[in-house]
Amino acid sequence: MSEPLLKVSNLKTYFISKYRTVKAVDGVDFEVQKGKVLGIVGESGSGKSMTSLSIMGLIPPPYGKIVEGEIRFEGVDLSKLSEKKMNDVRGNRISMIFQEPMSALNPVLKIGEQIDEVLIRHKRLSKSEARRKSIQLLQSVGFPRAEQIVNEYPHQLSGGMRQRAMIAMAMACEPSILIADEPTTALDVTIQAQVLDLMRDLKEHTGTAIVLITHDLGVVADMADDMIVMYGGQVVESGTADDIFNTPLHPYTNALMESIPVIDEERERLTAIPGTVPSAANFPQGCRFAERCAIAQASCHEKMPELRELQPGHLVRCDLA
Amino acid sequence: MSLAEKELSNTTVNHANLLELHHVKKYFPIMGGVMRRKVGEVKAVDDVTFSLMKGETLGLVGESGCGKSTTGRMIMRVLDVTEGQIVFDGQDITSVKGERLRRLRQDFQMVFQDPYSSLNPRMSVGALIAEPLIVNKKGSHSQIKDQVVSLLETVGLSAEARIRYPHEFSGGQRQRIAIARALALRPKLIVADEAVSALDVSIQAQILNLLADLRKEFGLSYVFISHNLAVVKHVSDRVGVMYLGRLVELAPKSSLYATPLHPYTQALLSAAPEPSRTVKRERIVLVGDVPSPANPPSGCAFHTRCPKVMEVCRSVRPEMNEYQPGHFVACHLYS
Repeated sequence: MSEPLLKVSNLKTYFISKYRTVKAVDGVDFEVQKGKVLGIVGESGSGKSMTSLSIMGLIPPPYGKIVEGEIRFEGVDLSKLSEKKMNDVRGNRISMIFQEPMSALNPVLKIGEQIDEVLIRHKRLSKSEARRKSIQLLQSVGFPRAEQIVNEYPHQLSGGMRQRAMIAMAMACEPSILIADEPTTALDVTIQAQVLDLMRDLKEHTGTAIVLITHDLGVVADMADDMIVMYGGQVVESGTADDIFNTPLHPYTNALMESIPVIDEERERLTAIPGTVPSAANFPQGCRFAERCAIAQASCHEKMPELRELQPGHLVRCDLA
Repeated sequence: MSLAEKELSNTTVNHANLLELHHVKKYFPIMGGVMRRKVGEVKAVDDVTFSLMKGETLGLVGESGCGKSTTGRMIMRVLDVTEGQIVFDGQDITSVKGERLRRLRQDFQMVFQDPYSSLNPRMSVGALIAEPLIVNKKGSHSQIKDQVVSLLETVGLSAEARIRYPHEFSGGQRQRIAIARALALRPKLIVADEAVSALDVSIQAQILNLLADLRKEFGLSYVFISHNLAVVKHVSDRVGVMYLGRLVELAPKSSLYATPLHPYTQALLSAAPEPSRTVKRERIVLVGDVPSPANPPSGCAFHTRCPKVMEVCRSVRPEMNEYQPGHFVACHLYS
């Protein structure tokens, strides 16, 4: 495999207060390959969003902090970069789109002004050049009347249109990585299909790698080349999407796939995972899934399993797999 | 036979229907101008007819704004019906009010999407579940306490939960509390409006299994409202697909999912991504957004986005037709 575009090693992002330490991300490793889609799957509280915010340098101070690890991108460690230098990366080389475009867009600025701003800041374009480019960008994400859309405010657009405007803005500087955090979760299925198609097209055209964060296994199956499954702030399984969907190795991944109703087969009764996700402030000492695991043994509760490579490129954090 | 006739004929010969909706409409007025006069209306639900048999689960699917929640709320009589008739267990409940409605409502209860906002944070779990029992005078203090404990156990919580407050519970546990509360009066019908949509997938399965168990145990009927096609397929016997306030297709789930007839249903099913790398579906991507229900398109409401649109669709509204036995569709392609 060629040199990865982004390499995250042993990333630990903690929230430390006087009373407790919340280990939101606890030793995460993964790589993003050029022009590929990496899916990060997990339930709420698994640390998937905090991982992406760590890459973007957007962990909220003063409690949140990257306490250990490295985020290597284009030869530099992003976690050590100054705020000023990070500003040149963010929105330019790596950009991000969020679940709720209404709260990610500025409600008092017109769509055009918000996209212009990115181009003026990073590409040093003049105002009129930036506007021309903004209109082009909006056309490329499928707005037929882009000249009018630049003069509209976010509230005048529908949810799907807002998400497309967000994508236009994120793609403005042709970033090498686009991080998409639950980009279609707030959208209806038919609109979701439009947005996913758009992301796929843009990836083909620009070669931008996508980090797709979602709880929806269907979306990952549809989009991802590689994927990681997170649980309790850790990676429990990683590999190609084909490998993980065809032969899931971790009991959690397995249980997750068994627990969802699917259209193409009849499941009499769903295999529910008992219990709930452990609190990040108080993880058990052994395997974090042991308490809910159907095949757990006494040793699972005592010793944290290592992430090991069971098949080439297919890693799993389970001693029993 | 049109759907309305068919469903109506059911009512005269067949007393197995627990719930019937006949040409139900809900229009919300749009007020505007300085005098706050009515300047238009949002046709949230526009002529919906269906029935639900005892012990049956009917799924209602559709995207946001299709009127599925408004339909659920009208069944609960939380919203008044603009036009049409709702019959519950042989009684016309369309315009029942006051004390009579309260008594009737013991038989139909609702479970909402968000267990964070549907439970009063200042009441203990015991008080929350006991409230409907107290309001309807279902026994003495100690009898009610026993019932609360048994309800908690029914939904898989410990009796000790009684003295705790909603914020101490996770989303899935809160949904269990909401279900216990809905079950308290031994209803015949539960309207579940996106009851598992806010939950993580591993928890969603727990709640879906619980709903299935309760259905068997108490002989419940459900109207299960959701945007998630896979979940609806899992729980329902029959499924109705709604678009812009109208029911466009209604069929037993096996035939709806195997041979969807309406182009909208086909697009919806093809757009739902499946968690598998081996199954690859031909995807129909619809262009554009759902039109505004304040100004719905003429004729068939779906004609602006339909890949198979014909001239007649622009002007004539298609009626529900029984294309195959039990499989109803409102589309000119099949008339």
